[in-house]
Amino acid sequence: MNWYEFLLRNRNEVFERSLEHVGLVGASMAISLAIGLPLGIALVSRPRLQRWVIGAANVVQTIPSLALFGFLIPVPWIGGIGASTAIVALSLYALLPILRNTITGIAEVDPAVVESARGMGMTSRQVLWQVQLPLSMGVIMAGVRVATVVTIGVATIAAAIGAGGLGVFIFRGVAMASNPVILAGALPAALLAVAADLLLGLLERRLAAR
Amino acid sequence: MTSLSDGFQDRYALEFRAATYRLPSGTPLISGLTLSVARGETLVLLGRSGSGKTTTLKLINRLLEPTEGEIFITGRSSVSWDPIQLRRGIGYVIQDAGLFPHWTVERNVGLVPRLEQWPEERIQARVREMLSLVGLPPGEFAKRRPSELSGGQKQRVGVARALAADPPILLMDEPFGALDPITRIDLQKEFRALAQRLQKTIVFVTHDVREALFLGTRIALLDQGYLVGVYAPAEFLKATEPEVHAFAASLDFDGAHEGAK
Repeated sequence: MNWYEFLLRNRNEVFERSLEHVGLVGASMAISLAIGLPLGIALVSRPRLQRWVIGAANVVQTIPSLALFGFLIPVPWIGGIGASTAIVALSLYALLPILRNTITGIAEVDPAVVESARGMGMTSRQVLWQVQLPLSMGVIMAGVRVATVVTIGVATIAAAIGAGGLGVFIFRGVAMASNPVILAGALPAALLAVAADLLLGLLERRLAAR
Repeated sequence: MTSLSDGFQDRYALEFRAATYRLPSGTPLISGLTLSVARGETLVLLGRSGSGKTTTLKLINRLLEPTEGEIFITGRSSVSWDPIQLRRGIGYVIQDAGLFPHWTVERNVGLVPRLEQWPEERIQARVREMLSLVGLPPGEFAKRRPSELSGGQKQRVGVARALAADPPILLMDEPFGALDPITRIDLQKEFRALAQRLQKTIVFVTHDVREALFLGTRIALLDQGYLVGVYAPAEFLKATEPEVHAFAASLDFDGAHEGAK
């Protein structure tokens, strides 16, 4: 069977797995942003703590993804088989680029601008929300874009611990030694990644221009 | 609520009493500075790089706090002011203007009035008034971004922003330092006229003797964190201190250079 015939015949399952995939990525990114943005903001003025946290996030990044999924299975509360374990692992992966870009983005805002903001009598909160964050939005969004694209890729491996997603086709195809089955997962995953990259790239440029 | 204008029965707008500022490492940037600034005068802080001029300014608006001694602003010690309230009553202009690049000129100038929650139409009117005051027609400039301005225009906006909430005190940190010589002279002339008209208390930092002599009602010379002396412009070049001679010599060199051309 041709790969596109297979894709067409199984379009319902492909669509369902794609939705699952987007769900995994969306949930992981939401958690990662909810932790990474405030943590990054808090770490800007704490260089020592910053080194430790970035170091830890770096270490997580070096663990092979399949191994990380495996490590998490026996962990109580967050572990086990299924989507929630996968989401924890994916969030950890996405954390580093978000954290790093939030910190560098804010730190790279022209010090003269921040100083005049303080000197004119803005409170720290006003400086953060009206000056530092708007001016670092482009850099932060670049981090979000990288994190999203990486997460879309790594999420295919989450199928190995029963989290579903497009990886299901890939693992099945590998087991069956069938290229059409592999492609039914790999192709939509690649398309998702390209689409996310373009869309977030557009958003990034719009925010950076402001 | 107390504002800066309330304390103006005092003769001195600003008074340093044996103020010292040390870095956490212990290195002093300003040592035992005692200096008064009368209401409505333009005091120029002159000195080389690293002489403590900028530190002195930041002690006034409490971006820094003295490690020893005190600074009185309209009769009240700087550390007893609420820093936010204090800074909103002190205009601040720095070398690169420090305009917010993501805001229009209009919004930049309206910054402090908006922080002080003036009614919107009053802010609008004030912004137009300020832009006209610094020689920028509001119709042409209000909607521009800082990136669409020349260096001189940026500094004009910086001055307009500092004056917007009508603060009694103005701090200027080498505001014309990065401009080409011709633009700089234009702005110095206009600024001197403006200062005489507005009767603000101004502390002006520079390392340019000419600028100091032209703008200052008095010149305070700093050297490595110590105050060498305070001089009227007419006395300055006659003073005998070596640091004065060093600065006077820079003036001679300029003159000789121009004469040779």
